[in-house]
Amino acid sequence: MSLDAKIPQGPLAEKWSKHKFNLKLVNPANKRKYDVIVVGTGLAGASAAASLAELGYNVKAFCFQDSPRRAHSIAAQGGINAAKNYQNDGDSVYRLFYDTIKGGDYRAREGNVYRLAEVSVNIIDQCVAQGVPFAREYGGLLDNRSFGGSQVSRTFYARGQTGQQLLLGAYSALNRQIHKGKVKMYTRSEMLDVVTIDGHAKGIITRNLVTGEIDTHSGHAVLLCTGGYGNVFYLSTNAIGSNVTAAWRAHKRGAFFANPCYTQIHPTCIPVSGDHQSKLTLMSESLRNDGRVWAPKTVEVAAKLRKKELTADQVKEEDRDYFLERKYPSFGNLVPRDVASRNAKEMADEGRGVGTSGFAVFLDFADAIKRLGQEAVAAKYGNLFDMYYQITNEDPYKQPMRIYPAVHYTMGGLWVDYNLSTNVPGLYALGECNFSDHGANRLGASALMQGLSDGYFVIPYTLGDYLATIGPKPVDANHPAFAQTKKDVTDRIAKLLALKGTKTVNEYHRDLGHIMWEYCGMARTEEGLTKAKGMIQALRADFWKNAIVIGANEEVNASLERAGRVADFLELGELMVDDAQMRKESCGGHFRLESQTEEGEALRNDDVFAFVGAWEYKGDNQPEELHKETLEFEFVHLTQRSYK
Amino acid sequence: MNLTLKVWRQKDANSSGKMVSYKAENISPDMSFLEMLDVVNESLIHKGDEPIHFDHDCREGICGMCSLYINGRPHGPKRAITTCQLHMRSFHDGETITIEPWRAAAFPVIKDLAVDRSAFDRIQQAGGYVSVNTGGVPDANIIPIPKVIADEAFNSATCIGCGACVAACKNASAMLFVSAKVSQLGMLPQGQPERWSRVQSMVAQMDEEGFGNCTNTGACEAECPKEITLTNISRMNNDFFSAKLFREEKVHDHSGGGE
Ligand SMILES: Cc1cc2nc3c(=O)[nH]c(=O)nc-3n(C[C@H](O)[C@H](O)[C@H](O)COP(=O)(O)OP(=O)(O)OC[C@H]3O[C@@H](n4cnc5c(N)ncnc54)[C@H](O)[C@@H]3O)c2cc1C
Ligand code: SF4
Ligand code: FES
Repeated sequence: MSLDAKIPQGPLAEKWSKHKFNLKLVNPANKRKYDVIVVGTGLAGASAAASLAELGYNVKAFCFQDSPRRAHSIAAQGGINAAKNYQNDGDSVYRLFYDTIKGGDYRAREGNVYRLAEVSVNIIDQCVAQGVPFAREYGGLLDNRSFGGSQVSRTFYARGQTGQQLLLGAYSALNRQIHKGKVKMYTRSEMLDVVTIDGHAKGIITRNLVTGEIDTHSGHAVLLCTGGYGNVFYLSTNAIGSNVTAAWRAHKRGAFFANPCYTQIHPTCIPVSGDHQSKLTLMSESLRNDGRVWAPKTVEVAAKLRKKELTADQVKEEDRDYFLERKYPSFGNLVPRDVASRNAKEMADEGRGVGTSGFAVFLDFADAIKRLGQEAVAAKYGNLFDMYYQITNEDPYKQPMRIYPAVHYTMGGLWVDYNLSTNVPGLYALGECNFSDHGANRLGASALMQGLSDGYFVIPYTLGDYLATIGPKPVDANHPAFAQTKKDVTDRIAKLLALKGTKTVNEYHRDLGHIMWEYCGMARTEEGLTKAKGMIQALRADFWKNAIVIGANEEVNASLERAGRVADFLELGELMVDDAQMRKESCGGHFRLESQTEEGEALRNDDVFAFVGAWEYKGDNQPEELHKETLEFEFVHLTQRSYK
Repeated sequence: MNLTLKVWRQKDANSSGKMVSYKAENISPDMSFLEMLDVVNESLIHKGDEPIHFDHDCREGICGMCSLYINGRPHGPKRAITTCQLHMRSFHDGETITIEPWRAAAFPVIKDLAVDRSAFDRIQQAGGYVSVNTGGVPDANIIPIPKVIADEAFNSATCIGCGACVAACKNASAMLFVSAKVSQLGMLPQGQPERWSRVQSMVAQMDEEGFGNCTNTGACEAECPKEITLTNISRMNNDFFSAKLFREEKVHDHSGGGE
């Protein structure tokens, strides 16, 4: 099977406009003859559903929470990038494009990334028109801040709650269409399978999470906007409910899964405090604008701090190592996430970590408070400081924060072409659940941008082309594929409910998380990955014998929901390990110990690995088949990334 | 820490419920309240019993999914946080904690501690937006907005839709929630064209959902995890009367579907 990314020919800056012109259109009167299914109503899904409904399509939208307003996008803190150049500091579409390609360690497509940078400016306009209250300056115009991996200020923000405000904006647009009857919204509904007919996606199977009813829904196209799979690590900054099920089910129906091993470990999270921990909390990257990252210079001082014989403020200036400022003078504390995370890990590995566990470094605001005053610092970061205090019972205005890297985002996901179509015609993937645009490492404030770009500005064009091609003939909801897929779903539920073993689903999940973090986390080796593969296979086999699933299908059943999701994570985990093992180079968030520069930075191997690795499912417990999409770089020159 | 929990158990909307006691043992003060419930649930599952059902997702105080009426207070004893942000260090060893769902006619129980808050969504659908389509909007910096106005609109916009205000109110009124959205959009220039129709549509839907009247007791403000203020309610009342008494504009008609 050949992978055609369908990137338009021609100069970078003209690709998207030319492509839009060449796409087929559905005439306005015909749009209402098409039904479009949108699974997931976070930033990507809500913006897509609203925009498609505005155009006149009939949309059915689904989410597993009790309201679209609660999608995981709500938790994004720091901001959203856009090449507005409002600060007159030399930003441009090309610079945002360049920063993103470089930040992704040259493992993303030029065409996609350029388009993303191009539409970024429209996103801000759209959100402001909806009444999203972005931060403003005293003159009344929009304010910006800087984020990692860039030397300009292009990040728009709404205090530390940018995701919330953007999602509520998209939610309001969605609500307007629900009110008009153009979107039918199904909350507390979980998609459990995709229905394909003659190789085209024509519907989905869902479970009503209140009644347990298994329903079939048909449509001319299915859009998956179901978020990332970071929770495969058990502990992550994702919401508890975030999962891979929708994408994984689609994968098992033929959609390729690309670059699954590309995971982002975010450098500034509150460290793990004990076994009971159910999730990790991010401290926004924006804090690195004013916070200085350091660790004690010596193992001795670190040991004293761990034993609480010394507090951080008592450590003398000359005993502190501001390691990011020291190693990367031009980007300093604002190096990209993968670089910052690896350096923090290095400190812990050298025995210079702090906190009771030793798995932490400091993020210090003392200088910022001296320079700007406590009030100004509180105005910028107040809610983050409060959040830190709630969780740790320590006051970050008085003591530096303790931070450590945690799993945060997944760059991998369903393979899509330039039109956001998976290799299964009619099946699209938007937002974090696709693999596009961020290469091997995502820059801060770029996920919100990508989700909204996909939903507001890309899919409304590209979907039309497919729909015009297949025509408005109604989908036959009585086709046997619907009944067969529904049966597959009910059989699997029955199999899960029959599990009456001795180990809880949560315990399996935690075990899987340990394996993934240890062997497929911040540093990966051939040997570790081989070991992990065996461990995951054994854990999965054990799950299907020995897990405990409580209750019945015909009721609210969190135990069953959880079991289905963890079962899918147990399969995905193995594919991530395979992918990490296949990619014998380091790039971005994928760090193979065998492949590093003398200074310990990620060493790519462009001759062999400048491709997207897209995996094809071949049956249960069968090795998956790798397909390669070669990445062509016509406009940027591949170099060793340097933030020095 | 060792605690006794008295928890509301109810199979579904049609069954009646009752309080059931559980022991929560070896609880660390660093655990969040929901992590404490996780521990209890794990032990219930090991025994083959049904875990206690509660709503939650982000576990960092922003999605508005968690609820719980803890010792007679929505989101527990501490000010300005959600249940998922509450830590066990706020309780003492040996304490008995009662945990109930939100109680309001407009929020029927789905199971145990989870309730149906879809009424909130329907109120937002009735008018909680600026009617702009995707594309064709002006440059974001065309309209300067005074920072004080932007900041105040932001304060209103931080409502997480949790429903604690309704749970706290003896009348089960949703005024704080509704007024937060009405205020946010009513203060911003983008919200002006629909300002008068919006307030009427949203209030009408609120009444239809069966929420109670506001009698200015202020329990909502005291319990709101996001510190949404009563000022929002005054603003909404002003707009509402202004719209009814002085302005003729009717609630716009969104019915009729496709266009
Ligand atoms: C703590 C945190 C902070 C962040 N901060 C930033 C930031 O400052 N800037 C930035 O750019 N990015 C940030 N990110 C990343 C960004 O928030 C996410 O990548 C992005 O919001 C994902 O949006 P989405 O629409 O793709 O998916 P989500 O918002 O995760 O939405 C997924 C949707 O799919 C639904 N769903 C999932 N599975 C199913 C199923 N099987 N059936 C039915 N429905 C389903 C869910 O109900 C939900 O509606 C942050 C992420 C985290 C974790
Ligand atoms: S006003 Fe406060 S209490 Fe009421 S829903 Fe909003 S955040 Fe919750
Ligand atoms: S779980 Fe999201 S606010 Fe509590």
